Amino acid sequence: MLAFIIRRLVQSIGVLLAVAFIAFAMFRFVGDPVNQIVSIEASAEERAQIRESLGLNDPFVVQFARYVGRAAKLDFGISYQFRQPVTKLLGERMPATLELAFVSAVFALVVGIPMGVYTALRRDSWLAKLFQAVSLVGVSLPTFLIGILLIYVFAVTLGWLPSFGRGEVVRLGDWWTTGFLTTSGLRALILPSITLGLFQMTLIMRLVRAEMLEVLRTDYIKFARARGLTRRAINFGHALKNTLVPVITITGLQLGSIIAFAIITETVFQWPGMGVLFLQAVQNVDIPIMAAYLLLIAFLFVVINLAVDLLYAVVDPRLKVTVRAA
Amino acid sequence: MLKFVRGAAVASFAGLLLASAPLQAKTLRFAFQGDYKSLDPYTLNETFTLGMHAAAYEGLTKRDPELKIIPGLAERWEVLEDGKRWRFYLRQGVKFHNGNDFNADDVLFSADRVRADGSDLKTRIPPEAKFVKVDDYTVDVELPAPNPILHYEWDTWYIMDKEWSEANNAGKPTPAAATTPSHAALNANGTGPFVVESHQPGVKTVWKPNAGWWDKPQHNLTEAIFTPIASDATRVAALLSGEVDWIDPVPLQDVDRVNASANASVMQGPELRTIFLGFDQYRDELLYSNVKGKNPFKDKRVREAVYKAIDIEAIKDKVMRGAATPTALMISPLLFDLSEDFKRPAADPEGAKKLLAEAGYGEGFEVGMDCPNDRYVNDERICQAVVGMLARVGIKVNLNAQPKAKYFAKVLAAGGYDTSFYLLGWTPGSFDSYNVLANMYRCRDEKGNGGNNNLGNYCNPKMEELIKQVLGETDTAKRNELIKEAYTLGQVEDWGYVPLHQQALAWGVAKNTKVVQRADNQFLFYWVTKE
Repeated sequence: MLAFIIRRLVQSIGVLLAVAFIAFAMFRFVGDPVNQIVSIEASAEERAQIRESLGLNDPFVVQFARYVGRAAKLDFGISYQFRQPVTKLLGERMPATLELAFVSAVFALVVGIPMGVYTALRRDSWLAKLFQAVSLVGVSLPTFLIGILLIYVFAVTLGWLPSFGRGEVVRLGDWWTTGFLTTSGLRALILPSITLGLFQMTLIMRLVRAEMLEVLRTDYIKFARARGLTRRAINFGHALKNTLVPVITITGLQLGSIIAFAIITETVFQWPGMGVLFLQAVQNVDIPIMAAYLLLIAFLFVVINLAVDLLYAVVDPRLKVTVRAA
Repeated sequence: MLKFVRGAAVASFAGLLLASAPLQAKTLRFAFQGDYKSLDPYTLNETFTLGMHAAAYEGLTKRDPELKIIPGLAERWEVLEDGKRWRFYLRQGVKFHNGNDFNADDVLFSADRVRADGSDLKTRIPPEAKFVKVDDYTVDVELPAPNPILHYEWDTWYIMDKEWSEANNAGKPTPAAATTPSHAALNANGTGPFVVESHQPGVKTVWKPNAGWWDKPQHNLTEAIFTPIASDATRVAALLSGEVDWIDPVPLQDVDRVNASANASVMQGPELRTIFLGFDQYRDELLYSNVKGKNPFKDKRVREAVYKAIDIEAIKDKVMRGAATPTALMISPLLFDLSEDFKRPAADPEGAKKLLAEAGYGEGFEVGMDCPNDRYVNDERICQAVVGMLARVGIKVNLNAQPKAKYFAKVLAAGGYDTSFYLLGWTPGSFDSYNVLANMYRCRDEKGNGGNNNLGNYCNPKMEELIKQVLGETDTAKRNELIKEAYTLGQVEDWGYVPLHQQALAWGVAKNTKVVQRADNQFLFYWVTKE
């Protein structure tokens, strides 16, 4: 088991290096950072001097090696535009993104699973059909459109919820800020987390429904019915329990993409998270922020995948054998 | 019992009213499409940022709502020795937010700091200007040659506290390649009407009024909160739902919707920026064209033809939805007294065709055009309209519209002026024609020495001579005549550029908020009052 984890960790370093390399190769196509640092009136010599001081004239390999060398010491440099350490900027923004991702995931599970169960059990009811139709909307509509629609209805027309931002936040410890402890913070969470979680919710609902239908056809459910168990015990005690294994896997894997794809939701709601910081860095060719963000997301995916692999081994004894053998 | 309760409620409510009446909170919430990045007033020379700095910092001069220069931290000044010495008399009794006194040492310190490496505002003071302390409240500026516009940009050269900056290791602006963070980027210590209470770059900035300010406040705010909102739709929604009191910009397609709403309206006015088209008139062969061995844009008949092929009124009505002022000059009419003397020739596609035929391009030709798509109002759509209009006279334009980060990397000096035909906008930072002439009409070399932003390298020795005269002339009337002569040469005789229009400012303002809109598009909330 330990050997497995160590091997995976070594592999993940390879993944991170590859991500850093590809990211670095792409940065040269984003534009010239110097133009974003100085105004248009700056002289040619001044621009040349800044290019030199940033090391932008060095060959690609040298720049890459220098970056990796510093990143290994967890030094991700100073943002070109904010003149602040990238670690600090990302750290300040991370709580916002993680809280949003957490609430979205909870929303997707808490709403998605019951909807899936209901549509499986009452396949022909009009409510189940409505759920199915809604889920189609959730899968097919782009996130930004859902966000703008929600803002238009709930912020502009009805005036119930805020259209942007995170509300009042409370500082916990050195760098964590939370919106969970204030009314405005909680209100501000509602629209963005629905926007971000809607796709996952429909995914989970459809998954639960399909798995439920599958399980309900199996022999042991028939025997359970024959034994005269209550519907409740059959549906929830036996059927649902067995559908949840793949749901847990998917949710785990999707958590990574919720964090990574929060960019769009964050932009629509001006949610002060890492995604907005990244997008804004792309527009301004702020290479230190872009590189650190991409590495962080890659790292997150590696960790989540590792955790899911380990969980598999715990849940499914058959996999444990292969893990040991390998 | 019930009566008693009600009575108590009324009494406590009245008590609340009494207690809160003198302290009624007036919070201004506002949103802009970009961030307020660094608080260091010398880090970025950009309009919105400079306007934000003005809450906490002040310059020796200020500009009033009509952009007229008025005294700031300098009470008055005089020009001595034929313009080679300027004497500034500083305001006494002014304190920085931390309680330090403002005096001549701070001015000398700021003059050095703004010209140090890492500063993006080096152009505020000529490198050869020497600052001399006469006494604690008098400063002389010595110049090798007269300079009538020395103080034109000093309203945004903000004075910093010497002691504070040095104590916090911020004696120099932080360069982009710095390895240590800057204290001045996150903290401000100026003399201005507002004190920065908190600043989280890219998230939120909060100001409180400066109780010890030397001047009488013209605002009635108790707090101001800035949040960037990058998404157009969200910014407009935040205004319409009453969550913010001011936004900039309102996208043109939303102007009617905002005006139709109950609690906000759009404030439009001409901006100082001039949008124009430029030509590569320097290379012997265009980089992007099917004409080989020669450069059609070197022939001024071709440039005139392009000018006349463009129907500016159609661009104004169809692309800009009326929110533009067509212009005949490369400078806003608000900034040049004699601009009335110039009229834009009407669109004349037939005449344009004739000119092209005369120049030997009767069959037309192909050329590539560079255009930004996220820099100016509807920039890409203007370019598309230009493509259509030039097609009618036989010039086939291949449009390359890109985000500003890529566009500027290609067309500016760093990219080797890699363009044949382009769209650009220009605002003279000094609000004066010399800036336009020096940037747009002076010859340059390959590296950009000379007219650094003269991308197509318009170059005429007569113009060089005129620009030198403009710089040295101290008599306003004579100077204006020289400038007029220069514009006549560059525009009417040489057809050096195709000025298109001044785009309109579009601010969204809540109905209970009164703001002052200045044509330079700085948002100065020390002039804001809320009902």
